[in-house]
This record gives sequence, C-alpha cells and structure tokens, in this order.
Amino acid sequence: MIKSRVQSRDPIAALLFSLLCAITALALAHPARAEIEVNVNRGDVQPLPIAVPGFGGGQMGADISQVISANLQRSGLFRPLDPASFVEKGLTANVQPRFGDWKTINAQALVNGQVTVEGGKLRVDFRLWDVFAEQQLLGLQFTASPESWRKVAHKISDAVYERLTGEKGYFDTRVVFVAESGSRLNPVKRLAIMDQDGANPSYLTSGDSIVMTPRFSSNSQEVTYMSLRPDSSTIYILNLETARRESLGTFPGMVFAPRFSPDGGKVVFSVERGGNSDIYVMNLSSRTSTRLTTDPSIDTSGSFSPDGSRIVFNSDRAGSPQLYVMGADGSGPRRISSGSGRYTTPVWSPTGEFIAFTKQTGGEFHIGVMRADGSDERLLTSSYLDEGPTWAPNGRVLMFSRETPGGPPKLWSVDVTGRILQPMPYPGAGSDPAWSPLLN
Amino acid sequence: MVRSFTGSTVLRLALVATAAASLAACQSKPKPTYPTTAAPPPAPSTELPPSTGSVSGQPTAPLPGSAQDFVVNVGDRVYFDTDRHDIREDARPLLAAQTEWLRRYPSVVVRIEGNADERGTREYNLALGARRANSVRDFLVSQGVTASRISTISFGKEQPIDPGSGEDAWQKNRNAHTAIVSGAR
Repeated sequence: MIKSRVQSRDPIAALLFSLLCAITALALAHPARAEIEVNVNRGDVQPLPIAVPGFGGGQMGADISQVISANLQRSGLFRPLDPASFVEKGLTANVQPRFGDWKTINAQALVNGQVTVEGGKLRVDFRLWDVFAEQQLLGLQFTASPESWRKVAHKISDAVYERLTGEKGYFDTRVVFVAESGSRLNPVKRLAIMDQDGANPSYLTSGDSIVMTPRFSSNSQEVTYMSLRPDSSTIYILNLETARRESLGTFPGMVFAPRFSPDGGKVVFSVERGGNSDIYVMNLSSRTSTRLTTDPSIDTSGSFSPDGSRIVFNSDRAGSPQLYVMGADGSGPRRISSGSGRYTTPVWSPTGEFIAFTKQTGGEFHIGVMRADGSDERLLTSSYLDEGPTWAPNGRVLMFSRETPGGPPKLWSVDVTGRILQPMPYPGAGSDPAWSPLLN
Repeated sequence: MVRSFTGSTVLRLALVATAAASLAACQSKPKPTYPTTAAPPPAPSTELPPSTGSVSGQPTAPLPGSAQDFVVNVGDRVYFDTDRHDIREDARPLLAAQTEWLRRYPSVVVRIEGNADERGTREYNLALGARRANSVRDFLVSQGVTASRISTISFGKEQPIDPGSGEDAWQKNRNAHTAIVSGAR
C-alpha cells in the first residue's frame, strides 16, 4: 500500500537495492510493516496493483491509458488491473475518485485523466492517486500536437514511474537497431528506429550494405554505426534530424565497433591492420584520431564511463576475451573480469555503477552485469545465443538480441535483477539494439 | 550490394554445375546470329516416337587461369579451429596450390575474406575473421606472392556458408575465402 511519498518510495527503492545487491536474506529478515508488505513477498518484488481507467475524451483518451498501462506492465514493477473489474466508471480528471470503489478491487494506485483537443492542440490532464491513503500524489498537464499522443502517454508513464519508485523512468525513449530480413545465407540488414514499446518503427538505411552495432549520441540526435561492404568497412555518423550522414574517414584497415563519448564530442572505435585490432578515439571537431591500445591482441568494443574518464573494452591479450578498463587516454589498462568463460561487448551503465556484458560459458551465452571494478558478477540470462546488451537510461533494464538455433534474432529485455525477462513488443527480426537517453 | 557478398559462394556452385554451359556460351559468342523463321510445329502423331539413345552430360574442364579453374582445381577456402587463426596442417597443401596458381597467373588480384562461426559476438568475430584473413595473406606472401596483389577483409559471422547450427556448420563457417577480384581469364 502506498500511504505517502516517503512510505511509497522507500519500500520499492529499498527492495530494488536489496535485489541489486542480491541480499534477499535482508528483505526476508526485515520486520513486516502492514502497509508496506503488500509490495514485498519473500524477497521478490510483488508488482504494485494499479488502475489505469481509460482517460476521458474519446478514443484518444482510451489509447493513451492503454499505452501507459502497457508501459507500466512491461516494467514488471506494476500490475495494471483489468478494466472490467472497475466499479467506478467514467472517472474524469476533475473529480475526486470514489476511493472505496477502488479499494474493493485492491487498486493501490490509480491514474485517471482527461484528453481535450482544441485548436489543433492536444491537452492531457492526469492525476495519480494513492487509493488507500486517499491522497493525490501527482497532478500534471501536458500539451502537444495530437499526433504526439503516444509521446504524451510515455511522458505520463515516466512521471508515474518516477513518483512511485523514486527513480527516473525510461518510457519516453527510442531504440535504434538492425532490422533483419532475407535468409541466413543472404541476410539483409537495415538500420531501423522505433519507440521503446515497438511502436513507430521506420528504416534508416536501404539495406544495400550490411549495417551493424548502432549507438546513440547522448543528445539522441545522432547515431553512429558500421557499414560492411564486400571490400571495405565504414563507420558513419547519421544525424536523425537532418538525415545527413558522414563517414568517420578512411583507414588503412577495417574499422568497427563505434561508440560516442558521453559528451558526444568523440567516437571510440576499433581499427584493424594486418590482423591486429586496436582501439582508437577520434575527436569529432578536430578530426584527429589517437591510438589508445597497442597490444598485438584483439582489442575492441570500447565503451566510455558516463563521466568520460575511463573506457571499458574487450581484449584477448591474456588468451581469451576478457574485460579491461583503462583511462580515456589509454593509460593503465587493468583486467576486471575474473570468472571462467569468454567476456565480450562491455557497456558501462548510465549510472556508472555497473558494466553489462555478453559471456560465453558452458556452450551457452549470457547477458550479465558486474561492478566497474569487476566485483559482484551476476548473469541475468542464459540461452543458445544472447548478445549485445544496451542500457535503458535509468540503468534498470537491459535490451539485447537472442537467437535460437537456426532462427532469426529477436529483441529481448531483462531487468538488472534478472527477474523480468521478456521479448520486446517489436514483432520482426532484429539485432544490435541501442537504447536512447530520455527524450525531451 | 548484399548479394555480391555471397556471390562467390553461389558462383562456385553455379559454375561447377554449369561450367559446360558457360564455356559453350563463351565459345559461341563470336558467332553471328541470323534471323530465322520458326520451324513449323511437328504434326501430331498417334504413333509412339522411336526411342532415342540416352546422352549423359558432364561439365567441361574449366578454362585454365579462370576463376572457375581456381575454385574447382585449386580450392578457394581453408578452414580454422574454434577461436584460432593459425593455418592448420591440412590447409597448407591447398594454400601451396593457391600460391602456385597465383604465380602462374601473375595478373590475378585476390581478396582474402575471413569468416567466423556464430558462436561469438559480432565485434569480436569481425576481429577474429580479420586475423584469419591475414594468416592466409601472410602464408601466401611467405610463399612468394606479392603482397600488393592481396587485400583482406573480415565478414565476421555475417556471411555463413552453412546456415545450420551445430559443429558441422560452425566448422564450415570458420574459414578464409580467397576471392578473385580481377585478372583472371
């Protein structure tokens, strides 16, 4: 039960923390407080029952509340209740709910709202209620153009998520990925972009060359990716606003594995020459590139820490692929992975606390996380082929691609506790997802 | 563009199967063609046609110095062990034959394409494929092929030649393919 801001935030936040640390015993031992316990059951997060009745204002109102409901459901932290069970009907944003009606169906929280379209403008008013405390927790109004109604729904979802969990949301975001078609022997790979809930997918490239490993810049306006042709590879930076595409330049060997620095001013990438792959960084304003590694092993998949001071990367200098952290100038590389198995594709979390990676062990692939110093390694998934994690901007959820033997790759997500594993709503074949920061 | 990735694979199969046809086509190219009137269709007959003797066809030997010659008589692909890029013992005779052929046809320019199986991540496999391509390049150069005639690229795990999932398919997909870029007959 959510009684107030403090009490509603703390149980979930505390629980998330305990799961993050995998100290489930603490949660078990925690003395039960009646109002709080509804969220907690033997160390598992019990999704919070929440009612999201259709917003007033016709079809768009109903559509907006459906998008909100689906977002909250997919987070795994909320359990939207079946609208058929609702007692109070036709609730608008301008009256106080009949709390008794919502208590009887055990809705802990309630989101109601009203949509109006006037003069070509969409206005959405909504309120978030603590049903059992009979208090309003949030009341906001959004205005936008009517075609942006899904974006408004994502904004409301983020506001509800943040108010109830104490963490930033991740619903008003997009995902750039590689849409796959064709056959395994003759694949067609096109850069594509969609909302985080799979809506509004569109292609960014024509499919006349193989593209892979796209990544967003920190302002979400640009994507860097690699294009592979029969005789060369190129790293491009694509501006999503202007559709202008520029190459990083020509290099003596192959170039691959590009990622932006957190300030967007640099790209770290790999250059292969004579069979040796090393990590370089290019300053995008001066167009000068600097070599950061010189080891005669494979050094690739560099990823900046969120403060830009360090780079985690993948190297097989010790015999098998492992994870290393060095200064952003290439100084002091130090191995951080210590378990048995092969570690690749490290990605620093937006909070800086964790590094996600792909791990191969025992004939299986896993998505895992460890702290930036290599401690507290936890594997979140296990399958025939899981690969290439990307973080939601709040560091709570990872998206990756999963393949079954002989099957096409699909986009999946898992939360950092490993509890909420599910396919993404996008129905097609896709790989190499990259999550945008929160949009404006 | 994507099609040309697998072009060489498809080409290889197609060439083996239709070498005779393509050779015949080549040889008939200079012949002028004349407009002809179509022969009248044979009149329907109620009698069974006389039995004809069976004729078996087989591909004509590829033209020496052609891409078909290289693929069929030399071999254009060598294979690697899991996560390795050193040239295997069983690949040396084939690469020696590639060297010999490239010496005999000195205008030929080749591209070595390194490939990896699906049991690795995309970027690491690109780097691994590059290592394999360079191992083959280094071998050919050590045998006397001029380095400037050889370029390398890695397709990582993007261009499997066997779509299957299992050790047989993975073994086939861990390879370096010697593609003729130009200069063949």
